Amino acid sequence: MKLTGAEIFVESLKREGVKTVFGLPGGVVLKIFDVLYGEKDLDFVLVRHEQAAIHMAEAYARATGKVGVALVTSGPGATNTVTGLVNANLDSCPIVVFTGQVLTSLIGNDAFQEADIVGISRSCTKHNYLVKHVNELAQTIKEAFYIAGSGRPGPVLVDIPKDVSMAMAEFTYPDKVYIRGYNPTYEGNKWQIKQAAEAILKAERPVLYVGGGVINSDGSGELQSLAELLNIPVTMTLMGLGAFPGTHPLSLGMLGMHGAHATNLAVHNCDLLIAVGSRFDDRVTGKINEFVPHAKIIHVDVDPTSIRKNIHVDIPIVGDARAVLRDLLAQVTAMVGGKRREGKTPWLTQIATWESERPLTYKADAKVIKPQFVIDMIYRRTRGEAIITSDVGQHQMWTAQFYKFAKPRTWLNSGGLGTMGYGFPAALGAQRAFPDQLVVCITGDGSFQMNLQELSTAMAYDLPVKVAIINNGYHGMVRQWQQLFYDGHYSASRIECGPDYVKLAEAYGAVGLRATEPHEVDDLLDEAFAVRKPVLMDFQVDPYENCYPMVPAGGAIHQMVYEDPQPEAGGRPSTPKDTQKESISLA
Amino acid sequence: MERIISLLVENKFGVLVRVAGLFSARGFNIESLSVGPTIDPSMSLITIVTEGDERILEQITKQLNKLIDVIKVVDLTENDFVERETTLVKIHTRTEDRAEAFRIIEIFRAKIVDSTPTTYTVEITGDAQKVEAFINQLRPLGLKELVRSGRIAIARDDAKAAGDHKRRQVVVEAK
Repeated sequence: MKLTGAEIFVESLKREGVKTVFGLPGGVVLKIFDVLYGEKDLDFVLVRHEQAAIHMAEAYARATGKVGVALVTSGPGATNTVTGLVNANLDSCPIVVFTGQVLTSLIGNDAFQEADIVGISRSCTKHNYLVKHVNELAQTIKEAFYIAGSGRPGPVLVDIPKDVSMAMAEFTYPDKVYIRGYNPTYEGNKWQIKQAAEAILKAERPVLYVGGGVINSDGSGELQSLAELLNIPVTMTLMGLGAFPGTHPLSLGMLGMHGAHATNLAVHNCDLLIAVGSRFDDRVTGKINEFVPHAKIIHVDVDPTSIRKNIHVDIPIVGDARAVLRDLLAQVTAMVGGKRREGKTPWLTQIATWESERPLTYKADAKVIKPQFVIDMIYRRTRGEAIITSDVGQHQMWTAQFYKFAKPRTWLNSGGLGTMGYGFPAALGAQRAFPDQLVVCITGDGSFQMNLQELSTAMAYDLPVKVAIINNGYHGMVRQWQQLFYDGHYSASRIECGPDYVKLAEAYGAVGLRATEPHEVDDLLDEAFAVRKPVLMDFQVDPYENCYPMVPAGGAIHQMVYEDPQPEAGGRPSTPKDTQKESISLA
Repeated sequence: MERIISLLVENKFGVLVRVAGLFSARGFNIESLSVGPTIDPSMSLITIVTEGDERILEQITKQLNKLIDVIKVVDLTENDFVERETTLVKIHTRTEDRAEAFRIIEIFRAKIVDSTPTTYTVEITGDAQKVEAFINQLRPLGLKELVRSGRIAIARDDAKAAGDHKRRQVVVEAK
């Protein structure tokens, strides 16, 4: 059967089981949109800006575990996807982005709306393709989905020239795909797993340090069994939150720059660090040559380039987190005769002591809304069960600290790239995947303004996300760094003339609510969560609240700062002098 | 230290720039590069000479392996290998220097491939050291132009035997 390239495109997506496509049309993709017209099996979400389409596709993928899909036009449509692609690449998220391209005969001629998107996106995609002939289209789409979703997941871009979508070809969708240069390793090496099991049983002070890889591989069950079998405490990276229940007695929460006192001390003092699907990011390790000075390191990762990239590893295991955890669990179970290690080990007692020394907490106030208080209230109300998205900055770290995620795939945020503007479109993508779930976007006034145009999309597609704006009138994390490390020079961090968010919501037909005092927060959340409409909640919080504990950039993670420095005689907040210079140079 | 990395890649457009991009994105220089077809026309072979410490090279090798279009990565410097480079040199030929030029060309088994009343163009093939030595000898006579091919290299045995280099004898180079 002969089909046009556009029909082949749509048929191929259906064969891949795609249900939802996010994007925006334009000249060179009109043929494809013509086929989408009246198409019942594919549901298209029209965004207001292409960047948002990529974040939506990413959040959709992250929340469902399937590959997310976006379709945009050439030129500016394509270049607007770049931030989303880099974001998905750094956070290992499977998406396939289709861009239109000018006629093959015009490529390289500076044609109208032409951009070399394959060249531009080469270094920020897992792989990309320019389809030069309609005969290659189906095969390319098959490969794109396979590459995006397998191994270490990532974004794949497919550039389709206009004439390719118009030309006719025989359509057969390949059943299988074989790429000779690409064979991800899933099963861990048996010998290495045995070595790891022995090291785990020998360790007195082990810590499991798990990241997004455990969530990507759906390995939470195996992780929990292993941790419970041997009573090993578990700390999670920002991307790993949700991999292990946040309220579990063995959970240490997040580690690193804004990790809790006990968590960072546990990591610093451990004698065995079991890293699974995490990559020793600089926000986790702090000063790398003082990281885990007493520990042997086991590192499990599906991507060999992650291993020994930042740190020496004693027992490297290349493989899928879930597969390796399963084998490790079997090996350890066999070695201990299936018996659970009961009771508190001296190690867990020590960690509990650190916890009671300096618990993760905040000082509530009767007059001013503390940002942590809002997040705490959202947590209590949802009991860790909602899908939470966040943007980037202080509110993101507070959410990571105070929202205890019960399940994987419920925490969607921009970890690696730190993309402000991610949270709101991400919430819409997740809501589209799960129309009946509560989706809350915890954002800041800085971040929200980077993609607020999608309020229109939320209304158009009836996506009742709840947006909690932690409004402090600042780029808060920037202001915090300026206070601590740049002598209080608040250069360009104050956000002046922010909109009236209540009116803004109303202008789009959404619901706008505002709280300026702590006693209003509870009722406001009640009201917001009860209405089935997009809601913007403007929480006017203490603008000077800082996020603690904090490891100054370049410092070792056990050397945390816990509170604002006391003001010097001049009235200006002082700076932690010993780390100041280094922080600036290494930040 | 210097490394010679041999890459078997898909013979497609855009592959070379992916490979080169890995180096440039990390600020590493490629000392020399050569690309050519292989026995199988669907694959190409890229030979890259680069420099860097152990950790950097381990990372580069892994990253190269990660590229979808790269089929195989071999660090030839880990074992015995044979390398060659071809160079074309144009030299001035003043009457008083001609005898000396001929002598050097003879010693290095180079070949004059073109001549004009004022210049000789000489071709020399050998490993990098030999080519380097030859150029240095000619330098006093006055080099007019120099074109060096990228270096190419091949492992002395198949991959299996490659780790067993101690047992092998040095093969005297055939004329």
